[in-house]
Amino acid sequence: MSENKQTVVALVENKPGVLNRVASLFRRRNYNVDSLTVGRTHKAHVSRMTIVIDVERNDVRQIVENLKKLVNVIDVKYLSNEPHISRDLALVKVRTENADAYNHVTEVCERYPARIVDMGHEVTIVEVTASSAVVETVIDQLRPIGIVEMVRTGVVAMGRGTRIQDTQYEPVNVRGDQSNGSNGVLI
Amino acid sequence: MLLSGSEIVMECLLREGVDVMFGYPGGAILPTYDAMTKYPQIHHVLVRHEQGASHMADGYARATGKVGVCIATSGPGATNLVTGLATAMMDSVPVVAITGQVPRPAIGTDAFQETDVTGVTLPVTKHNYLVSDIHELAYTIKEAFHVARSGRQGPVLIDIPKDIQNEKIDFVYPEYDVVLPGYQPNLVADAEDVAAACRLINEAERPLILAGHGILMSGATTQLRELAERGQIPVTLTLLGKGGLPEDHPLSLGMMGMHGTATSNNAIQNADLLIALGMRFDDRVTGNLKTYAPNAKKIHVDIDPSELNKNVKVDVGIAGDLRTVIDQLLPGVEAGAHQAWMGQIREWQEDCDERDILKTYNGEGMLAAQVINDLWHHTGGEALTVTDVGQHQMIEAQYYPHRRPSTMLTSGGLGTMGFGFPAAIGAKFGKPEEEVWAIVGDGGFQMTMCELATAVQERINVNIAIINNGFLGMVRQWQEMFYEERYHATPMVSPDFCKLAEAFGIPAMRVTNREQVAESVEFARSVDGPVLIEYVVQKEDIVYPMVPTGADLDKMIRRPKPGEVQTV
Ligand SMILES: Cc1ncc(C[n+]2csc(CCOP(=O)(O)OP(=O)(O)O)c2C)c(N)n1
Repeated sequence: MSENKQTVVALVENKPGVLNRVASLFRRRNYNVDSLTVGRTHKAHVSRMTIVIDVERNDVRQIVENLKKLVNVIDVKYLSNEPHISRDLALVKVRTENADAYNHVTEVCERYPARIVDMGHEVTIVEVTASSAVVETVIDQLRPIGIVEMVRTGVVAMGRGTRIQDTQYEPVNVRGDQSNGSNGVLI
Repeated sequence: MLLSGSEIVMECLLREGVDVMFGYPGGAILPTYDAMTKYPQIHHVLVRHEQGASHMADGYARATGKVGVCIATSGPGATNLVTGLATAMMDSVPVVAITGQVPRPAIGTDAFQETDVTGVTLPVTKHNYLVSDIHELAYTIKEAFHVARSGRQGPVLIDIPKDIQNEKIDFVYPEYDVVLPGYQPNLVADAEDVAAACRLINEAERPLILAGHGILMSGATTQLRELAERGQIPVTLTLLGKGGLPEDHPLSLGMMGMHGTATSNNAIQNADLLIALGMRFDDRVTGNLKTYAPNAKKIHVDIDPSELNKNVKVDVGIAGDLRTVIDQLLPGVEAGAHQAWMGQIREWQEDCDERDILKTYNGEGMLAAQVINDLWHHTGGEALTVTDVGQHQMIEAQYYPHRRPSTMLTSGGLGTMGFGFPAAIGAKFGKPEEEVWAIVGDGGFQMTMCELATAVQERINVNIAIINNGFLGMVRQWQEMFYEERYHATPMVSPDFCKLAEAFGIPAMRVTNREQVAESVEFARSVDGPVLIEYVVQKEDIVYPMVPTGADLDKMIRRPKPGEVQTV
């Protein structure tokens, strides 16, 4: 990832409206984010957001401190300063009506972590899963061939090795069926 | 015990120590209004507009430090609360708002009086909840109060669908503590930062304390005073910090900022150290950020880490509760003197004194400054005043010095006209032993004057002082200074306020000259219940000094000295 980007990972409670709260915060504070992805984790009650921020246009510390203020946000960490893996996925549909174009596509797929996932008479879909920079390069290579449709997932990231970002938090069981001491009941 | 959702709401409010709530009924909240009849311990105040309910809850909370509660129905009832929630949000006031919502099966169908209330209030609350399961209800209310009153306090809204209010379950109160995994309201200051701050304080030659609302919210007035006296450090207050240090204290410089004292603003620009305690460097107190306090190192203590380095870059930033942090600082702070600095400050103060309108004015008619200063005099400086927004607000800040914390309530961050009168009603409910004065403009009063009926119905002893200048005064001032005197949409026709009061059954008095002010205070004190006094003041007065928006803080437009000509 280029130096003017910061990747921030937030663990949030998996509750309705949490994404809305984060989006509303960004809107209200006039933050610009390059990408924001949300997905499940190995725990049903915890979701994980990966947020890529342009540090030239934003004060990242402010964004992190404001994220922490949201009641449903469990934990926020910067990843960019630590060894980490980050992946972006793109599906790119290119026009491959002639053999030249098709050969060009296969060449690109050989040189980069990209593969053809759908092939028709007129168009081919290329899937590329890599760091954002590499995805960017692949798209640039495919562009002259003729891109007709494209979608990217945005970046997901994880610290390398034993840098584990997880939470011990268990939600309170409001139905109170099985008692579990002073902290209420665990689901 | 088998209880309905509505009864659970009431049970939970009781357990939070709620004794009064301000609200207005309607279809989606009716089950809860019905349940209220079984809980006479909690007094319900029927307002005349839900905005009034939210300001009353806010005024109650500011006056007492407890959570204020307001309640309204779905749709229009809930949207009417929004201004009050935004007001409380900007000034970090703990309020819990309860709203009825259409029944769960109807949500999303544009049902009658359906509004996405959690959506609408998301940016103007600290947090909000849409209850989706009756089993969550009690815990949610408990969590809401916890969130409202912990850390940097703020308003929290709970939206409860009508079918949940009606549903019944076997109720057990969640006695266990609230668990919020990522929420850290109580941050502890780093010992190194504390030591660094002490070093800066001990080394400074021209230090200055900027004290804000945080001093009051944290209950750190004693600590502030000790810090100032120990280091002989002068103190300037934000509008919301008033009462943080008694304003007759020799180290008090009065308010800072756009209409602050010239002494405070000069001191900020000339200081070599700013110690900012529980304030947030709002643009109304900094002026031009590029030239702000150019010679000063800065220490900033705030309970909210996101405030540190937000507007002003600081040398030492400490996130924590002020009372604790000042207690940590105190042992490291050496006795100081700063004689040369105090000498310079006294010179500025003398210059201010010479320009004081109370000493220089000999025109026709009363000035708002005279009225408010006389009110100060005749109430012994001990009233709990609640202002509205405008010139009278700034004049109250300048001419009614307060000695005690939380005796001057005002909408600072949002600057909400219409706040003053209902907030004063709320304050009086919280502090019945205080002499409460709502000091309002003729414009702002008309925004929420329907609450006169509420005051009568509740026989609440609030004194209303209308400072009537026949204009939207503060806007008129801007038009005079920055829009070449084009007075558009600021001259204002008002009702006969005394007759209006009479129509509500409220005793009233019109004061047109200074000699009557003493009498008006006596009159107000003689009435048990609401009373209205209209002070007819000079129409075209200007609040000085003034830092024009975005100007350097010490480039104030000053009131001319006697014999001087105004140069704007
Ligand atoms: C709800 C709201 N609308 C508009 C404003 C803008 N505004 C600020 S001060 C002011 C004039 C207030 O006039 P008045 O209540 O008569 O008080 P005065 O300034 O004359 O003391 C206005 C319109 C505001 N602060 N709040």
